[in-house]
Amino acid sequence: MAYHSGYGAHGSKHRARAAPDPPPLFDDTSGAYSSQPGGYPAPGADVAFSVNHLLGDPVASVAMAYGSSIASHGKDMVHKELHRFVSMNKLKYFFAVDTAYVAKKLGLLVFPYTHQNWDVQPSRDVPVPPRQDLNAPDLYIPTMAFITYVLLAGMALGIQKRFSPEVLGLCASTALVWVVMEVLALLLGAYLATVRSDLSIFHLLAYSGYKYVGMILSVLTGLLFGSDGYYVALAWTSSSLMYFIVRSLRTAALGPDNMGGPAPRQRLQLYLTLGAAAFQPLIIYWLTFHLVR
Amino acid sequence: MAFTLYSLLQAALLCVNAIAVLHEERFLKNIGWGADQGIGGFGEEPGIKSQLMNLIRSVRTVMRVPLIIINSIAIVLLLLFG
Repeated sequence: MAYHSGYGAHGSKHRARAAPDPPPLFDDTSGAYSSQPGGYPAPGADVAFSVNHLLGDPVASVAMAYGSSIASHGKDMVHKELHRFVSMNKLKYFFAVDTAYVAKKLGLLVFPYTHQNWDVQPSRDVPVPPRQDLNAPDLYIPTMAFITYVLLAGMALGIQKRFSPEVLGLCASTALVWVVMEVLALLLGAYLATVRSDLSIFHLLAYSGYKYVGMILSVLTGLLFGSDGYYVALAWTSSSLMYFIVRSLRTAALGPDNMGGPAPRQRLQLYLTLGAAAFQPLIIYWLTFHLVR
Repeated sequence: MAFTLYSLLQAALLCVNAIAVLHEERFLKNIGWGADQGIGGFGEEPGIKSQLMNLIRSVRTVMRVPLIIINSIAIVLLLLFG
């Protein structure tokens, strides 16, 4: 499955990074000094020989120490800048998933009609991680589904003999831009309709990203069963995704104060949820129909 | 429609510029969207129109100086690289 292969690639990258013993940077030329007259080159040759045999030259060791200090300084700077914009703890919460949760959530995305309880568990001080609450959104599935969609688009284009590496990058950036625009539109709509809930940017990003699962299923069915299979899968995944989004956002957006809200504001929130749901099939069709001709 | 991230940045810059050129006195007051015309009742819900007016006013106030800088950079880059 794509998820396990993603993990495997990460694992091998870690193993390669811990590889031992860089090759010697310079050739050991200290032996050439012994032919010159005078006592000066001899102590230099002794120092060079007494150093670790991998670093044949003191200059190489100084250069390597300088390089590693620069690298660690750069890494610290990147971490500091990143922490200023994105809170790592909040991001880590969205990736705290396990296999059972992923399997159940994927089943829920494809067939949400029999699920009874859509309420997210109330949080005391720390939000309940998705590992323990099926209704909590996560960012693992959207990220993996996005990468799988890009790879699948490349494969579909290759089957139609329309593939080139630039097209792959264009497909990826197009899908990313649509997700960013959708999240911005949802944020604007939530601000204008004064939705007071705890929906952060990452929640909206998660709910927007769930459509990639529908896209993957539609493209796969279209590749296996032709154009008719594509339209059947498109209709099925669109309707289940719309149902899923309406049920999830209604319990998440209304939040604790859905009793005392005045009627027009609740109507605005309902329109916002319905608009978000109606947008999904359009964008699924728009991003996949050119792959299944 | 094939988008790139660069076209998204361009579109965002153009939209923010469009909001920034809405003049307070000459235009917004004439269509009833001025900054001091939005303070209606002190009820709970502000309503869409007052939220929109607040948004326009805050975007204009906040982005005035950064827009000058970003527009200058964009002009120089477009002159140099097309």
